[in-house]
Formats: sequence, C-alpha cells, structure tokens
Amino acid sequence: MFCGTANFVKMNILREIISPLIAVIAAFIVGGIIVLLIGDSPLQTYSELIGNSFGSLNDFGYMLFYATPLIFTGLAVAVAFRCGLLNIGAEGQLYVAAFATAWVGIKFGGTMVEVGGKQENWSWASLPAILLVPLCILTAIAVGGFWGAIPGFLKAKFGSHEVINTIMLNFIAVALVSYFTQYYYRIPGDPILQTAPIGEAAHIPRISQFIPGMPDFVPLSVAFLLAIVMCVLVYIFLWKTKWGYELRAVGQNPSAAEYGGISPQKQIIIAMSISGGLAGMVAISEVLGNRYLYYHDFSGEVGFWGIAVALLGRNHPLGVFFAALFFAVLQRGGIFVDIETKYVSKDLVEVLQAIVILFVASLRLSKK
Amino acid sequence: MGEIFSIALFFSTIRFATPLIFAALGGMFSERSGVINIALEGLMLAGAFTAAVMTYETSNPFIGLFCGILAGAVLAAIYAISVIQFKADQVVAGFGINILMLGLPAMLSSAIYDSAGSTQQIAKEHVLPSYFDINIASLLALALVPLCWYVLYKTPFGLRLRAVGENPSAADAAGVGVNNLRYLAVILSGVLAAAGGAYLSIGQSSLFTRGMTAGRGFIALAALILAKWRPVPVLLACLFFGFTEALTIPLASFKLASGEAALPVQFVQIIPYVLTIIVLAGFIGSSRAPKSLGVPYSKEK
Repeated sequence: MFCGTANFVKMNILREIISPLIAVIAAFIVGGIIVLLIGDSPLQTYSELIGNSFGSLNDFGYMLFYATPLIFTGLAVAVAFRCGLLNIGAEGQLYVAAFATAWVGIKFGGTMVEVGGKQENWSWASLPAILLVPLCILTAIAVGGFWGAIPGFLKAKFGSHEVINTIMLNFIAVALVSYFTQYYYRIPGDPILQTAPIGEAAHIPRISQFIPGMPDFVPLSVAFLLAIVMCVLVYIFLWKTKWGYELRAVGQNPSAAEYGGISPQKQIIIAMSISGGLAGMVAISEVLGNRYLYYHDFSGEVGFWGIAVALLGRNHPLGVFFAALFFAVLQRGGIFVDIETKYVSKDLVEVLQAIVILFVASLRLSKK
Repeated sequence: MGEIFSIALFFSTIRFATPLIFAALGGMFSERSGVINIALEGLMLAGAFTAAVMTYETSNPFIGLFCGILAGAVLAAIYAISVIQFKADQVVAGFGINILMLGLPAMLSSAIYDSAGSTQQIAKEHVLPSYFDINIASLLALALVPLCWYVLYKTPFGLRLRAVGENPSAADAAGVGVNNLRYLAVILSGVLAAAGGAYLSIGQSSLFTRGMTAGRGFIALAALILAKWRPVPVLLACLFFGFTEALTIPLASFKLASGEAALPVQFVQIIPYVLTIIVLAGFIGSSRAPKSLGVPYSKEK
C-alpha cells in the first residue's frame, strides 16, 4: 500500500514534467514546418534560436535579464490560477507599477531637469539609497497590487468576470500612464514618451559588478536574485501556510471551501492583490535596474507572456522558473533569427509561444 | 465646439464603428451558443492580413475579402476544435489564438515581402469602394444588423442557438446537436470578425501592419457585453464606441488658448473600457451572459 502511494506520487511528478515537454516539442514541430514552408532551414533557425543564450557571459546575462520579468509575471498569473482566477491583467498592473516607481524615484531622488537652459528641481526630497530603494520597491508592489485588487474586488463584490475586467483595466492603465508621462513627467522637448530619469540613489546594482568578465552594459541586475527569492516565497506561501491553503481551496472548489468556513470573496481579493504585486515587481528590474526611468513601450507584452510561462510551468514556482528561462532563451534567440536567417523573422518566437499555449490548453494541462 | 461636431465626425463615426459591428455580431453568435470568444482580435487579424495579401496579389478587393473571410473561418475552426473537441479552457485558447495572429502574419509578411511585418501598399483604386463617403463594407455591416436579428430571433437556427447557450442539456434532450451547433456558431463568428478585419486593411487603409486591430476585437467584446448579447443594442454600442474613437481626431488639434489640449485623448480613449467595467458590475442595468457561457458540453453529464 505504502509502495503504491510512492509510485503514485512518482507518476504524478513524471506527468507534470512530461506533459509540458510534449507541448514544447509539438510547438517546435509545427514551427519547424512553418519555417520549412517559408524556405529556411529549421535546423539553422532553431540553432540560432537556442544557441545564442549560452555562448558567453554576455549572452547568458542577457538571457537571465529577459527571464527576470517573465518570472515575476509567471508567478503573478500562477498565484491567481491557483485561486481559480485568470489574471490577463498583469500587463496593466506592471504598467502602473512601473510608472509609480519612476515617479517615486523622481520625486524622492533629487531629480534635476534642464528646461530651456535652466535647471529645474522636479523632486521633493533627495533620499539616500538605503531609504529610496526600499521605498521604490514597496511602491512597485503596492501599486501593482492595488491595480490587481480592483478586478478582485469587482469579482468578489459584484461577481463580474475577472477576465473581461482585467482586459479593460489593461487599456485603462496604458492610457492613464501615457497621459501622466506625456503631460507631466516628460522632459519638455523629449520626442520619446518617457519620464525624466530617476535619482541615482534609486539604482539597484547590476550583476556585472560582482562577476568579472561580464560587460557592464548587460542590464541583468539583482532583481533577478529577487525573482528567485520570490519563487521560494510563493512556494512557501502557497503550500506551507494557512493562507495559501485557503487560497488553493477556493481555487479547487469554491463552494466546498465556503462550506469549510473559508470566504471565497476574501480569497479572491487576496489572490488578485498578490498577483498584481508580483506583476508590479517587473518595475524593479526595468525601472530601477535597466533604463532608470519610465519608458512607455518598455514592456514588450511581458504581462501576456506571463500567462504562457504559468501555463507551461504548471502554476508551480519551480515550473515557472524553468518556463521563464525557456521563453527567455527564445526571446533572446529571436533577435539572432531575425539577423541570421534568410526569411524567418523574430515573430517566430510569438508563433511558438502561441502554439505552446494552444497545446497546453488543448491537452488540458492547465489546472483550473 | 463647433469645430468638433461636424459632418466629418459623423462619417468617421461610421468608419470606426464598421469593424466593431462585424466583430461584435460575430462574437454574438459564438457567445449566444455558449462559447466565449476572446479570440475576436486574432480572427480580425487573420481577415485583415489575408485580405491585404490577396487584394494586393489579385488587385481585386472582393477576392481579398472572400479569402480573408475564409482565413477567419479556418482559424475559428481551429479554435472550435480546441475548445469543443478537446474542451480547452476557452479564455486560454482564445488568448493563444490572439498571440498566434500577432506573430504569424508578421512572420509571413516579412518572408513574402521582405518587410518589417507589413504587407505591400494596395493601389487606391483596388481597395473596397466607397459611395458618398461611406464604404461598401460599412453598408454591409449596417445591413447585417437586421439580418442577424432575424436569424437569432425568427429562425429555427436562432432558436436552437439560444437554447444551446442557455440550457444545453435541455436542447440536447430536444434533439439539437449541441456541439455541432457550437462549431457552426464559432465558425460564423470567425467569418464575421474576419470581414471586420478585412475592412481595416482593404477599406479603411490599404495595407496590413502588425497588430493593426490595436485592441478593436476587445472593444467589440465590450460592445457585446454592453449590448447584453442582442443585435440592435450591439449596433448602438458599436456606433457609440466608434464615436468615441472618431472624437479623438478633432480633439488632437483642439487646443485651449494656453496651448494645452482641452481634453486629453487618453480620457476619451478609456471611455469604452470604463463603461464596460461599470456595466459588468451591474451599475447600469444588469448584464446577464448566456447561462452556459464558457462551459464545455459533455453528453454523459
């Protein structure tokens, strides 16, 4: 009997690993056929796609830099999934969080801006790094969490579907943030839709400082380490705490959970807030570690990629981590596919992502 | 304000409402049968891309439109197989279709025309013709509204469709093939949404660009919800959303004496989205979806 249980657990883990692999292989086969039809060699295309993330410290650093936001958004979608919710709103959540983070970095970072030849002080204070960095990080989490809490609240209170509301809130977020950037925080005369730079005290260290041989321009920052920490924290939260248990109970069976004394309404709001907070942490990598300002088109749809990451990672933090690395390899490789192959463009990466999603969904690997 | 409310605004309202009407009516058939259609955006893109390519290659917009519609139907069939046959989560699969149509047309355009994801410019005389400043596709969209109303409420097909969406088991017991009907409804939604997309690339403009629908599939979905899944209110909602989009054109040049924008376009752009959230929350009447929406049907249940 005991042996049977162990076998069952082993079978389960095997299934968790094998089924996403099937989806990935299927995507590569379908993608390969498309590449072949277009007139390029699938072998060369795929070697460009995969090979450019591991050749040097530079390559590897860039790949991990791409993986960082994918881990955050993948975790965000996974936490919501575990509560039975589909958060399509990570994109909007990370937009408002990134803008708010830059805003704090400007207002409390002593930012001076040159307007018409004169220096203008745009900040209220000039905090030291030890205060400013935590303040910026908390802002990213809190603002992303707030934007996520809205659809959570609407679902809990009025029963309106979180999918529609998060889609709508994505558009609202992008419009609002573009408004504030365009009219209030862009340096006059700047043709690019971006804010003034944040104070230097808000910058977080880059990994290249600690690893000899990695070029300074590789934007991989300590935000990546934070992403790993978040994987561990999300795991502990979901499986080792009472709150996580309650959240998952609602995801598995809301009426049973309610019968057991758990309020689904409360859990829905909690899950969406945590989800939004995790999505908001993308701002740490992007604003505090990469561009040091809010740039309006920064995201590259990373909030939507989070859905593919969570699906492929089976909504488990460890799975999310590896799925994020996988998609980061593709994102990095896409640039080289664009340059090195004759006909295939980097859009292949999106096609592969879509096919993975469709296969994962159709093989019913998604737990909902 | 006289400069803003002009006859030009009326025509641009019709122009912007046209793709929304097609897509929202398409979504109506799918959702009335119980299948969520987040994929409207992707279906529109399939129509837009195929129509642009085929119109450019044949110099005939009607062949282009037909091929665009065909592409929409094929893509919708793939979506239908995934959600009906394999019972995939409808939101996830629809989302996958949208991503696919962001990447695939751009990939094919780059390969065929060696461009950065857009197709070749179609000559002015080869796009869908306009009469008195109203495109033939707009007329078709307007004509579709009473037609869809008739189909939905006055034909046996419409009756079955609504029955399947509300109570599939009862419809099944009465001899309606639930899944067959859903296949038909989803493919019909692909046909209509693709026609809306085709209008964008060979009517309103004259080429396909990557992701050119820019969220119109979702606005159509919003219009559908606002209209509570009924054809005539769908028309009104689409006209209203078309109007808000049309407003952004004169607003962009409408400045206060100080040189600042009187009303930033962003505030006008978000109206459809905010309105949808408010309606969904039940502040303006209640928006009740078809009962079986999003639930796959299995006979043995």
